[in-house]
Amino acid sequence: MEEKYSDIEQAILSEYKYGFVTDIEADEAPKGLDENTIRFISAKKNEPEWMLQYRLKAYHQWLKMEEPSWANVKYDPIDYQDIIYYSAPKQKKKLNSLDEIDPELRRTFEKLGISLDEQKRLSGVAVDAVIDSVSIATTFKAQLAEQGIIFCSMSEAIQEHPDLIKKYLGSVVPVTDNYFAALNAAVFSDGSFVYIPKGVRCPMELSTYFRINAENTGQFERTLIVADEHSYVSYLEGCTAPMRDENQLHAAVVELVAHDHAEIKYSTVQNWYPGDKDGKGGIYNFVTKRGICQGSHSKISWTQVETGSSITWKYPSVILKGDYSVGEFYSVAVTNNHQQADTGTKMQHIGKHTRSRIVSKGISAGFSNNSYRGLVHMSKNAANARNYSQCDSLLIGDKCGAHTFPYIEAKNNTSVVEHEATTSKVGEDQIFYCNQRGIDTETAVALIINGFAKEVMNQLPMEFAIEAQKLLAISLEGSVG
Amino acid sequence: MSTVDYYIEQLNTIQAAKQDSPLAPVRKSALDTFTNMGFPTSRNEEWKYTRIGSIFKKEFRLQNEDITSFNQSSIDAVRLPGHENANELVFVNGRYSEEFSKIISEEIVVTSLEAAASGEYADIVNTHFNSSSKYLKDGINALNAAYAQGVFIYVPKAKAVANPVYIYNIVDAVADAVCALPRCLVYVSEAAEVSFVETYATLGASESITNQVTEIVVAENANVSYCKIQNDNSNASQVSTTHIHQVGKSYAETVTISLDGGIVRNNLNIVMGAAHSEAHMYGLYFQNGESHIDNHTIVDNVMPHCQSNELYKGILNDRSTGVFNGRIYVRQDAQKTNAFQSNKNILLGENATVNTQPQLEIFADDVKCSHGCTVGSLDEEGIFYLQSRGIPKEVAMSLLLQGFALDILEKIKIEHIRTYVQELIAARLTTQI
Repeated sequence: MEEKYSDIEQAILSEYKYGFVTDIEADEAPKGLDENTIRFISAKKNEPEWMLQYRLKAYHQWLKMEEPSWANVKYDPIDYQDIIYYSAPKQKKKLNSLDEIDPELRRTFEKLGISLDEQKRLSGVAVDAVIDSVSIATTFKAQLAEQGIIFCSMSEAIQEHPDLIKKYLGSVVPVTDNYFAALNAAVFSDGSFVYIPKGVRCPMELSTYFRINAENTGQFERTLIVADEHSYVSYLEGCTAPMRDENQLHAAVVELVAHDHAEIKYSTVQNWYPGDKDGKGGIYNFVTKRGICQGSHSKISWTQVETGSSITWKYPSVILKGDYSVGEFYSVAVTNNHQQADTGTKMQHIGKHTRSRIVSKGISAGFSNNSYRGLVHMSKNAANARNYSQCDSLLIGDKCGAHTFPYIEAKNNTSVVEHEATTSKVGEDQIFYCNQRGIDTETAVALIINGFAKEVMNQLPMEFAIEAQKLLAISLEGSVG
Repeated sequence: MSTVDYYIEQLNTIQAAKQDSPLAPVRKSALDTFTNMGFPTSRNEEWKYTRIGSIFKKEFRLQNEDITSFNQSSIDAVRLPGHENANELVFVNGRYSEEFSKIISEEIVVTSLEAAASGEYADIVNTHFNSSSKYLKDGINALNAAYAQGVFIYVPKAKAVANPVYIYNIVDAVADAVCALPRCLVYVSEAAEVSFVETYATLGASESITNQVTEIVVAENANVSYCKIQNDNSNASQVSTTHIHQVGKSYAETVTISLDGGIVRNNLNIVMGAAHSEAHMYGLYFQNGESHIDNHTIVDNVMPHCQSNELYKGILNDRSTGVFNGRIYVRQDAQKTNAFQSNKNILLGENATVNTQPQLEIFADDVKCSHGCTVGSLDEEGIFYLQSRGIPKEVAMSLLLQGFALDILEKIKIEHIRTYVQELIAARLTTQI
């Protein structure tokens, strides 16, 4: 058995398949961060004065804050003056159709298997593709606009829907929230904005592909989704990044707002470059994601498949403010080689009869460390609130670590909280059972791991589930077959 | 002068008088730690929910022998049932009192730490004294070690001590506020067997804090059972540390019953340092008023093939607060570990609070570990079932709560003590529900 495991470990150390660099001329800000950088970004994007002030306020706040050190991750200190805070692919004019896109970029997408026209034609998915911080193509916009749905880049939204941006930007994740959120608010380059009007059920899955491209470029995405009363939207986010030796910083902020009876489903497949097998390079993924169930009977559901990044620091949370609102968090986090993941969620129960459900599956292999860190808070007024959490960890090899740090705070005696966690390895008897039916060990491990993660995978929209399964297989190649 | 400086000054005086002691270097380094760290604030993750600093704002005197009016009749009032057949060790204001103590099992050796450190037990004391500081890196633990005027208890090889050892920590706060710093180092030799029952009592209404450290070393094939009963008054706060180190394949079992007190913090560490060891940790807390109970437990699986099991149950009434933090470490070498942990809470009072953190940190792959916790109120259906059979609601609730507590109570091995605790809980249920 031991020998087989070392085979698995060998095979796990497979090369990152999506590592390639697209050669496009970039339009960059000079290295480093000061007021001038922020003014440069703001000017570059032709932003109104209030937006510049918002950024400057965040910048001054950021200067006063300290980088958090409580997460169970280790990394060399980040030199914030050694980062290029803005880089955009050279772009002469607004594009109206996909055919106008730089052929080089088109090939990048094709390598990733998300050829835009393919998706446009076949799957009915509107794609807001982001390469190095600036939206270059948005499809299906006209179709969405018919229903009053706004789906555009953040820069465009700032120009065209300033009232909505002023009202909602920073309303869920204020600039003072944390170090990385403040940094993002100061320098965010672009991102997506979605607004679903009252009573509208978004007819298609909205999707954005992120891609870090130019060397030394931190990517600071800002996403804001607002679902007005009785509306529904499902949003997909996925990312891959080319191979790099230098660590790259990614500090995104995602804000979701759900009004009365609205539902937002947010799915992520994260596959940033995880570093090579010696832990060199890779993306630092320090993300703040939070949704607020503002109205009664609203629902926010986070689903994430985390396979990439050398360091993941991410806690998609839900503030359950409206009565009878529902929060969900489904996560599969896979760490391999020297990857470190500290991820989980926060469920803040404020309204009455609020419910939340947490299902977290962690898989650690190689020399990696995988932590679940979650908070369930039942406030004094959260009468009859209910939470169920389950976090399971699977270890492959004896050089990795699995950690669970749940925080449960209950201040209401009618609320019910349950938490369960287990840690185990892939069962020898399960593998043996498969072996004796002619299934080789690698396929058996693949089966078992797929089964382990099934509960979360089932939550993903169909279009995404296939890619997620592929990613899981690539991340644990060898043990997964 | 800050309160920390005030304590440092007292400790300097105390240490100056004992400079030649073999324990002096440990005390000195503990004082350095205390000087550096002071008292933990809520920014310290281990003390996030327990504001111990507020208690230590008061300037307590550390040398309190002179202010006690304690006498034989005072001890009779706090004796536990079954004391006739028990060894009794009495600490008054943190200092061991030979006068009031009674040792009937001849095989047990009880001596001052000071004497043990220079006599035939020097090796044991040098190896194991203050090993809890590796796990508890805070000013509170360091404060006790810097003072360290405790006793050493030695159970010789292959002796099964038939009579239990009762330890009374008595604080005499009649005249003045008191900070007591009792300390014990227990060595249970190969194939020995012993059981401890520890309790706390505060006389008078002045504020008091007991900051206690008990370190128990368990050798090959030894068997230790340790029961702690906390039922003190609401001015009496305490930080009570029990550190069990299984150096040989052995068995350890603890039961912690917390019924009353001011701010109570228990640190229970079990270090499973030998393969095939077994440990069980049980706890019951039933709080009312504004009391605050914090149970922090650590199980450190260092060696393979160990088994540990932990079950803590809590009932929180009125405006009380319960905190549970259980941490299981499984080191890389500790393959084939089975470690289980569970924390169940009932919130009875509308203003009661529970903060619970069951944590796992695992570095070995061939293990079975699980933890779980629940927070809720009494089962409505259960109450309804009993009511439908003519049982009044109050009685129904009381029955359900007794059933809830029973899981833990039946783990108390000494019958006298089990009955005693059961009666305490039954009495509270009849008066308060």
